[in-house]
Amino acid sequence: MSTETHTHVQGAKHHGGPLIYTANLFALMFLTVVTVAAASFNFGSANVVIALAIASVKAILVGLFFMHLLWDKPVNAIILIAGFLFLGIFLMFDFLDVTSRNNYLPRNMPNMENATPAPDSMNPLKTPAPRPLDPAPAKAEEHK
Amino acid sequence: MSTTLPDIHSHGGHDEHGEHNPYHQHHFATMEQQFDTSKLGMWLFLVTEILLFGGLFVGFGLMQHRYPQQFIEAHEHLKQDIFGRPFPLYGTINTLVLLISSWTMVMGVNAAQTDQKKKTVRYLVLTILLACVFLGIKYVEYSHKFHDGLLPGIFYAHQSEDLIKGTHGYATFFAFYFMMTGLHGIHVLVGIGLLSWLVMRARRGDFSSAYYTPVDLVGLYWHIVDMIWIYLFPLYYLIS
Amino acid sequence: MERAVTSGARIGDRPRPKKNYLNETRGFKSWALTVDHKRIGIMYLVGTLCAFLLGGIFALLVRLTLLTPAHKIFGLQVTAETYNRFFTLHGAVMVFLFIIPSIPGSLTNFVLPLMLGAKDVAFPRLNLASFYLWIVGAVMAVSSMIIGAVDTGWTFYTPYSTTTSGTVTLMTAAVFVLGFSSIFTGLNFIATVHKLRAPGMGWFDMPLFVWGMYSTALIQVLATPVLGITLVLLMLERVFQIGIFDSRIGGDPVLFQHFFWFYSHPAVYIMILPGMAIISELIPTFSRKTIFGYRAIAYASVSLALVSFIVWGHHMFVAGQSQLATVVFSALTFLVAIPSGVKVFNWLCTMYQGNISLETPMLYAISFLMLFAIGGLTGIFLGTLSTDVHLTDTYFVVAHFHYVMMGSTVTAFIGGLYYWWPKMTGRMYSEKWGQVSAVIWFIGFNATFLPQFILGSRGMPRRYYNYLDQFQPLHVFSTVGSWIIGLSLFMSAAVLLASLRKPADAPDNPWGGTTLEWQTSSPPITHNFEDQPVLENEPYDYRPKAVTH
Ligand code: HEM
Ligand SMILES: [Cu+2]
Repeated sequence: MSTETHTHVQGAKHHGGPLIYTANLFALMFLTVVTVAAASFNFGSANVVIALAIASVKAILVGLFFMHLLWDKPVNAIILIAGFLFLGIFLMFDFLDVTSRNNYLPRNMPNMENATPAPDSMNPLKTPAPRPLDPAPAKAEEHK
Repeated sequence: MSTTLPDIHSHGGHDEHGEHNPYHQHHFATMEQQFDTSKLGMWLFLVTEILLFGGLFVGFGLMQHRYPQQFIEAHEHLKQDIFGRPFPLYGTINTLVLLISSWTMVMGVNAAQTDQKKKTVRYLVLTILLACVFLGIKYVEYSHKFHDGLLPGIFYAHQSEDLIKGTHGYATFFAFYFMMTGLHGIHVLVGIGLLSWLVMRARRGDFSSAYYTPVDLVGLYWHIVDMIWIYLFPLYYLIS
Repeated sequence: MERAVTSGARIGDRPRPKKNYLNETRGFKSWALTVDHKRIGIMYLVGTLCAFLLGGIFALLVRLTLLTPAHKIFGLQVTAETYNRFFTLHGAVMVFLFIIPSIPGSLTNFVLPLMLGAKDVAFPRLNLASFYLWIVGAVMAVSSMIIGAVDTGWTFYTPYSTTTSGTVTLMTAAVFVLGFSSIFTGLNFIATVHKLRAPGMGWFDMPLFVWGMYSTALIQVLATPVLGITLVLLMLERVFQIGIFDSRIGGDPVLFQHFFWFYSHPAVYIMILPGMAIISELIPTFSRKTIFGYRAIAYASVSLALVSFIVWGHHMFVAGQSQLATVVFSALTFLVAIPSGVKVFNWLCTMYQGNISLETPMLYAISFLMLFAIGGLTGIFLGTLSTDVHLTDTYFVVAHFHYVMMGSTVTAFIGGLYYWWPKMTGRMYSEKWGQVSAVIWFIGFNATFLPQFILGSRGMPRRYYNYLDQFQPLHVFSTVGSWIIGLSLFMSAAVLLASLRKPADAPDNPWGGTTLEWQTSSPPITHNFEDQPVLENEPYDYRPKAVTH
């Protein structure tokens, strides 16, 4: 597997070059202007999406050209994508949780506000429950 | 199941002219293998950076979800008054500065690859200067926040009608603002350190088309720092 | 029969080289500044075993406290706070200082480059840095125990961890440092596997140990950074009250659990995958049979690593996450069982009709199979919502994760240590006493933890220092079991250390293994191989054949 080619120039070929890099810089600056401009309009919740989409295009440009991923061994790009992928997993499941926190009651459940309150004897805050785990010797009868 | 052959790589590390590259490490068969390996290692490290920052991005997103109104109000304080309209002046300028520094960086790498030693030094120094400009602007921005008491957690001391102290969400916004831009700023500082080291070595004439690994790897690091800012900028300065 | 042919154990088949990695250079500096993966492996081994000892002492103290419901050790009162510290230190030391770094840092560091036919890991200096970070982290963690106290449990749940007194900040900083140690190890192994395989060794010619460690390394690199940032947030919340985890100041405590388990569920696979990796070597070697389902095991390793990232919510079923998330995480949790099952069945099929010999490492491997089956299956109970609501935070969970972490990973670790000991030290140990230690280990382990399943299902909560009288018989059983475990470990230490007193006697290949580490001398020379090995056959080829040398 270890490469057996011997090149006296490290990394063999060089792609890219000043022209491409400069063009890339102008594309990135242009996109910056676009995203600033887009933010001054109100597209509602689409603003976030637009801003992040433009940011991602910029990130891809940086990766492909400045970081040479376009010409590199694919494994490096795969590593980068894996990073974003796992971050996406993290983000997705967290949002799955927080966006569905309060709507778990089934539709046909009686409105809790009008429900008859439970008797105090069932309310652990009002009736201190027996604390069998207290240091005080737990009496055997208690657990019969 | 396996046999041994005479060391077929005994000539590894020597180029066709039979010279030994002084940077060649003994456990790699060839210089190219060594370069590829270093690069792979750097990419793996960059991914850990992405996930480190990523945790903060996720935290920011979730807290914004929790306090949407407060985050919008707080974020207005990252803007400046330009011709009577709020505009994220510092943020925008810094974005452009970092982008240009990424360009000087990649030009420096290119110069190293093509044996242009003077140019290498020049581009690296330029990159350092731009990084300093970035940090200078950050300093101005931070001192405004300090002055206004827009600080994280227990330090939050804003005295005015809006963003009343004690309301949940405001201090959290600025906590994230300082954590994320601060961590990013630390990375810029580290970058300046690394770039200075490169300048020193480049002036000594260490780098050439036969060996430029450190320039390339620091370049990758520098671009990741830029990439993170590319996401920080809209999230903090633009979205409302 | 086959054994005599494939085994390299023929005396005199190659003269033992005078110089090896142990005696080539001498003195403290030659160790402290070494970049040799084998020496770093040895140092990691010594370090993590010290941590194991420390964690073990706290474990015995926990068990002693629970010997009676009166929470006394030899008549001395143990307060609730002291007990909290006992189990916190036990858990934190075992998890962060022992299980996570031990197999990667010690055995893998030693063996992985040898298995690949490489001269070293990809980044030798980073390897040493990882070890020193471990030292720094260990010193910080231990000093946080000495100068103060940590009573949060190894999970550092908020808001308790942000409000309790004590040296929680120092402890979390320690774990942060240890995280980077772990990242560097993983990063190194990934690069090594990608780039330093011997000529002719394709991905599917690698030993399965390497596949297991590669999967582990993926998790180390992809999950640990999130732990790092979680701990930073926790420290900032504690010190500056930034308002993210503490609901008093507007935070969301459940968020902490998301952050924590996003790392820590994958982290349990940082713990078990290395164990499985070792077992994949022991079973074919001592069954003299080609591994059954090579590719299935390789893919199962990687898919376990990937699946481990999407199930973390099963630790939060009753913590206040949404019901939708709960159901989704429960369903996904069952996925984990598939690759685990694939592995177990492939190991069993490897043994089937094999020429099994019950040397010490194999006895540990067989214990692993039984204990992992119990640990994995009880995981299914816990992943099932309706049962977990009853079992969560009880001794059932304690028993579950001890069956997987200790019964499986530590068992495999000890087995692996016995297996590679001759390679690492050049010495054979007393086989008979090794076998005895394995049997005692198995008995002691089950005596300690089987009763805990029963305790838990009857309602004994975890992390309490006293209990109802009716639980006492099972607790006594469990505590006595912990002494048996201690005895077995003591025996293992004695058996292995005793072997160091005699001159080097181990042949290059005492077990007749087929992977490359057995092709070099015992102990190996500093650069591992005299000549660059070249791979010709697939791994685990035990077919009889003519003498190759
Ligand atoms: C078939 C595979 C497995 C399944 C389905 C599974 C499932 C679970 C579930 C659902 C819990 C949460 C129980 C609760 O807190 O109520 C749990 C806890 C735990 N599991 Fe597993 N598990 C599996 C394998 C493993 C392995 C291989 C390890 C480690 C090597 C492990 C280590 C742990 C630990 C440490 C905890 C408790 C953490 C704590 O709260 O302190 N599990 N497991
Ligand atoms: Cu889990």
